[in-house]
Amino acid sequence: MSTDVAIVGIGIHPFGRTEGVSGRAQGAHAARQALGDAGVQWSDIQFAYGGSHSAGDADSLVSDLGLTGAPFINVHNGCGTGGSALISARSALLSGQYDLGMVVGFDKHPRGAFATKPSSLGIGDWYGETGMMVTTQFFAQKIGRYMEQYGIGEETLAAVAEKSFSLGAANPNAWRRSPKTRQEILDAPMVNHPLTQYMFCSPGEGGVALVLARGEVAHRYTANPIYLRSAEFRSRRFGSFEVFSPWTTPEILSGPTGDASAAAFTSAGIGPEDIDVAQIQDTESGAEIMHMAETGLCAHGEQEKLILTGETRPDGSLPVNTDGGVIANGEPIGATGLRQVFESVLQLRGDAGDRQVPGSPKTGFTHVYGAPGISACTVLSR
Amino acid sequence: MSTTIRWVDPALVIDPAAGGPVELAGARCPVCATTAFPFQGGCPRCGGEAMERVALPTTGSLWSYTVQNFEPKPPYRGVEPFEPYGVGYVDLGDVCVESRLTVNDPAALSLGMAMRLVTITAFVDGDEPVLTFAFAPQEVAA
Repeated sequence: MSTDVAIVGIGIHPFGRTEGVSGRAQGAHAARQALGDAGVQWSDIQFAYGGSHSAGDADSLVSDLGLTGAPFINVHNGCGTGGSALISARSALLSGQYDLGMVVGFDKHPRGAFATKPSSLGIGDWYGETGMMVTTQFFAQKIGRYMEQYGIGEETLAAVAEKSFSLGAANPNAWRRSPKTRQEILDAPMVNHPLTQYMFCSPGEGGVALVLARGEVAHRYTANPIYLRSAEFRSRRFGSFEVFSPWTTPEILSGPTGDASAAAFTSAGIGPEDIDVAQIQDTESGAEIMHMAETGLCAHGEQEKLILTGETRPDGSLPVNTDGGVIANGEPIGATGLRQVFESVLQLRGDAGDRQVPGSPKTGFTHVYGAPGISACTVLSR
Repeated sequence: MSTTIRWVDPALVIDPAAGGPVELAGARCPVCATTAFPFQGGCPRCGGEAMERVALPTTGSLWSYTVQNFEPKPPYRGVEPFEPYGVGYVDLGDVCVESRLTVNDPAALSLGMAMRLVTITAFVDGDEPVLTFAFAPQEVAA
């Protein structure tokens, strides 16, 4: 048994669109960079978990990285792929079975909104044929209700995206690297009222890999281990309002984000009030606003003031999505959850460059939300 | 002209052959009273396996809404040419049902407004209209 797991190496393939480079190759690139960062060889890696949604089997990376015989377990769990790989790897290390392992996530999606088959979620074909199998509709409806309930205005939606693009410009690995004004964001074509094109993320490409070690041996690999204090995954309970739901309950009773984040904070013994930098699912501007409160980082209704006064920027009191989030990085499903951890490690090491949170942040939090109602969260610390 | 009525999925409504007003077919758990839509065999709350097929109320209030401004990828099948359409959840008391809305102007929609069930053409297959359900504001004629 072991009491801690540390991240001792990180690697990334820049997000966005890389013509001519497969998703697998982007995963291999990230894996090699993570090995180099940890100062180890692929042959030192005792096990790996990894996955992609639509770019192939992660375990096929062994033909590029080296045929060492190490167990490599594929994870295929939608938006929770990275988080699920991380949870699995953490458990393997905590069990004491291994000293050193890797998680890797990558993807490469076609342009345009994700197309999902209703039958893969147990829903009739009619739901897709009549035009309701569209993720963006859900987010628009959820934030529309929320804005009315808490008196949040459209300028706040634009301010979130403005921050994302501005931080993307400061992040060499981001896809969207040009700042946009609030007015440009508000004036962009309406996708689903009240959300415009620039308030949404787009499916994209990218790869991230992490080398993890049992806490007791972490200092063999790095002078700056970042500890993965908890990693928790939850599916939806009764009464949650979720994407791809032909029906829901009149009163929202629960949500996987609240459940997973509470479990992650409890398990880590670190509360939301102790978090110095947070990466939360910002599928669109409204998701960032709602998830700030659902995760417990602030109170419901408090977001507008925090956002409009700049408190969610890196130099504010509650830095959120310091790498530009999915709005600036795009959404390669298999890689997103690990990108959040990559950014957290950079921030806690003090290596985040122009977007570094000042004052040597000690604690980080990551949160993924996805279909059909899942959430994966981690708490990290130096 | 076709005279038979063809639904996108006949299981959505109580009487798919009816030419007049329709009722949506939901599932109600006799153990915990949870209502779901469309019909499903297992109860999502208590896990019971004796769900009963029930007619849902045909009027309710708008619980959430948006407008679909871009043409979705398949499996979407719409009436050509594409026109933006409204989508929302309508609170029918025991359950909120997600539905197409007959209105596609967000300024004409507001939370809590009274809605009623209607039938619309989802798409045309050959020359045969294929029907689905929708909700319309109470004060607007269908």
